[in-house]
Amino acid sequence: MALVIDILSWIMLTAGGAFVFIGGLGALRMPNLYTRMHAASLTDTMAAVLILGGIMLQAGLTLATIKLAAILLFLLFTSPTASNALASAAILSGLQPEEGPLEREGKPE
Amino acid sequence: MLVLLIPLVAAWLLWSGLYKPLLLGLGLFSCVLTIYIKHRMEYFQTEMFALQFGRRLIGYWLWLAKEVVKSSLDVARIIVTPSLPISPEVVTIKASCNQPVDQATLANSITLTPGTLALDVYKGEITVHALTKAGADELRKGEMDRRILALRGK
Repeated sequence: MALVIDILSWIMLTAGGAFVFIGGLGALRMPNLYTRMHAASLTDTMAAVLILGGIMLQAGLTLATIKLAAILLFLLFTSPTASNALASAAILSGLQPEEGPLEREGKPE
Repeated sequence: MLVLLIPLVAAWLLWSGLYKPLLLGLGLFSCVLTIYIKHRMEYFQTEMFALQFGRRLIGYWLWLAKEVVKSSLDVARIIVTPSLPISPEVVTIKASCNQPVDQATLANSITLTPGTLALDVYKGEITVHALTKAGADELRKGEMDRRILALRGK
């Protein structure tokens, strides 16, 4: 049983790490602020849930798990609020989002 | 206000587990500050939202979790595709709910889902930035809006 929990938790931690990496990669590859925020939101949600879930499995049924669950809940409430504040600030400062398929300028990857 | 103050104090005491005068003082300060901010938000004049429909909210969260997983995989796939197949689009969708808390829930749910980002909420309309055309079309169907309305039992 302990082995099953360990394996499950390692899968979640690894997947979470992968999502953090992809989110970071996306933040670098995307062409402008709004699209970069989409990539960054990958780390806010999926990665946070997977990593905290993985740690919760390691902690077992303890007070630590309840604290981790509370952290996760607050994170899921506050991170979209922070994103909204950032997006509103960008709009108010006059940065209009571009639309349609973007032509990437011949920049080497 | 006591309805909120008591759980706040209890949460602080349980989670810190340290009973030194400095920490207790800081705890009391945070609780009172929270109550003051909530008061300024006119929370007490409107309603105690969270206590009202716990069971329906759980169902909504499960649905939202499914959506988040689905769109996370979509966005991850777009990022690792060498040609970066994005086509950003700004859509305005209707928020049928009229309670401020419901509109905030809707906007936050949209932002929480990777690939869609709520830009502005104004007079029952939410402006959303979507990473792909498919994501924008999905939003126009308005399923999330319907589910938020259903939370109130409408």
